Amino acid sequence: MNRLTHLFQHKTADVLNVYFTAGFPQLNDTVPILKALQDAGADLVEIGMPYSDPVADGETIQRSNQQALENGMTVATLFEQLQGIREQGITVPVLLMGYLNPVVQFGVEKFCQQCQAVGVDGVILPDLPLDVYEREYKPLFAQHDLKVVFLVTPQTSAARVRQLDALADGFIYLVAAAGTTGAQTDMNADVDAYLSRTKALGLRNPTLVGFGISDAASFAAASRHTTGAIIGSAFIRLLQATPTEGRTAAIQAFVRGVRP
Amino acid sequence: MTIAATSPYRVDATGYYGPFGGAYVPEMLYPNVEELRDNYLRIIQEPEFQREFTQLLTDYVGRPTPLFLARRLSAHYGTTIYLKREDLCHTGAHKVNNTIGQILVAKRLGKKRIVAETGAGQHGVATATVCALMGLECIVYMGEIDIERQKPNVDRMRMLGAKVVPATSGSKTLKDATNEAMRHWISNPTDTHYIIGSVVGPHPYPDMVARFQSVISAETISQLLHQTGRGTPDFMLACVGGGSNAAGAFYHYLDEPSVRLVAAEAAGKGVNTGHSAATTALGKPGILHGASTILMQTADGQVTEPYSISAGLDYPGIGPQHAHLFATGRAEFLSITDKQALDAGFQLSRLEGIIPALETAHALACLPLIGAKPDEVVVVCLSGRGDKDLATYTKHLEEYA
Repeated sequence: MNRLTHLFQHKTADVLNVYFTAGFPQLNDTVPILKALQDAGADLVEIGMPYSDPVADGETIQRSNQQALENGMTVATLFEQLQGIREQGITVPVLLMGYLNPVVQFGVEKFCQQCQAVGVDGVILPDLPLDVYEREYKPLFAQHDLKVVFLVTPQTSAARVRQLDALADGFIYLVAAAGTTGAQTDMNADVDAYLSRTKALGLRNPTLVGFGISDAASFAAASRHTTGAIIGSAFIRLLQATPTEGRTAAIQAFVRGVRP
Repeated sequence: MTIAATSPYRVDATGYYGPFGGAYVPEMLYPNVEELRDNYLRIIQEPEFQREFTQLLTDYVGRPTPLFLARRLSAHYGTTIYLKREDLCHTGAHKVNNTIGQILVAKRLGKKRIVAETGAGQHGVATATVCALMGLECIVYMGEIDIERQKPNVDRMRMLGAKVVPATSGSKTLKDATNEAMRHWISNPTDTHYIIGSVVGPHPYPDMVARFQSVISAETISQLLHQTGRGTPDFMLACVGGGSNAAGAFYHYLDEPSVRLVAAEAAGKGVNTGHSAATTALGKPGILHGASTILMQTADGQVTEPYSISAGLDYPGIGPQHAHLFATGRAEFLSITDKQALDAGFQLSRLEGIIPALETAHALACLPLIGAKPDEVVVVCLSGRGDKDLATYTKHLEEYA
């Protein structure tokens, strides 16, 4: 069974998803960081494929993308790095997240084949239009057992949320507030109202909240009405600030700090 | 001369030009783009909108712009050359046709704030101008490097009351300014309208901007008819960065196969020098700034940094309609080097007393390449004036003494 599906069948609250950029801070850090996150107790991991023009991302993730590209990261290199992770004891669900153009240039079918070959469970492509997904990508994703995740924002109409929920089969990524990644989201009454409003829609997919989740307080507030939350920029900042030798311990402490 | 609804070169019902176009935007932008998509045609077809748009183009911009028979240039090339004088528009270029149209749309959508990107600063100035005119807040993103090299336009924008924000990400030029403007729009989704400056971006922008710029070819038809007895030239020449002046100059001729459409791209120091912005020569299909189009990119799909002497052509993509015109062969794309553009800029200055923008000089540089015969008529879209480029031209004055 797909690891993502399996996870959400067994865990329905306080799910922690951590994002990091492939090939950052050093080119070959991808798998060690993935392993450290699994050991620290992250429930699933989202690996970012770096892109030159990440419009939905704030400064922190932009810089990690740029650094990863300067390190020589490519989609092909990422698949080489992920080769054999499942044989080496990585059991946590893994998603690839990125912008569409590098995937299109790699070749969508080849991308799906490679995902399946290395054991990737799902994909988040924020600039993939829903109609294009339905027409061109859906059969390929299904054939290669890749789950798809769609984003929902506070401005997304209820009708469209239902449309996205009908097509998603991984989870629904709830963007906490209007903004790019890493924005300081204040988990205020507005966000709470939006999350409880979304909960009331009774979606078929699990929901994870992202954008501006950085610590135990924001994780707990975000998880109140949802299946869990996603941490990205705060984790990238930790990687930036931590020397390689202290990294495993720092990741342990970070995950424990977010979800005591 | 009306455009058939089924023109193969116009946007289709789903927002595509053949395989190009569409709206490849993250969900955060979907409601904004959807609001625009669902309303733009209704708004711009309203009689009151048309009345206000036309009146502003007449009384504020100074339209119609002249169609000028360039006699000495014609004699030099042994053909008949007309210049469509968009350089005489208020603010010095065709850009204002679009910003007037879009700010009227923004007002009707109830928006309070305008965000825009700019490269050379011409679109930024045209946006700051209409924001002052309409009393709307204006924020312009401009690459940190472009702010350095286009200082007079930065000062103009500030004088007009706009806030100029440096784009410090990526390569710090036009594509990054566009990214920053999109990020600003993502963060301010309900009260802000993004006035994109060219026929790029997600549907409906390429179509909306082309419609506002189509006044260029609409006027050309009647002026040419009046001056020559024929509304169609044999050649229509325009430069293409994103391609808004070309989209307007080509618009009413798309389905007139007798009109050869010629687009000038910036080859920079030469197509194969690694310092070029010749998108169709160097690029391949992909996705940039919300549209499927042709763009310059690495084998791994990372967008590459273009180069041109002209900041306005310094863009790694082209509008999706132009990608379609290129792919179908309806338009010819010529690569023009910095040197060819400078030659053409000095030539027009000396032969006709008109200093063209460096962007426009690329279109003029096509004149020796198209093989126009004595009995043929060539129209060049003179998209902007060269005042902003004086510093660059001055560096080369000695060579043209």
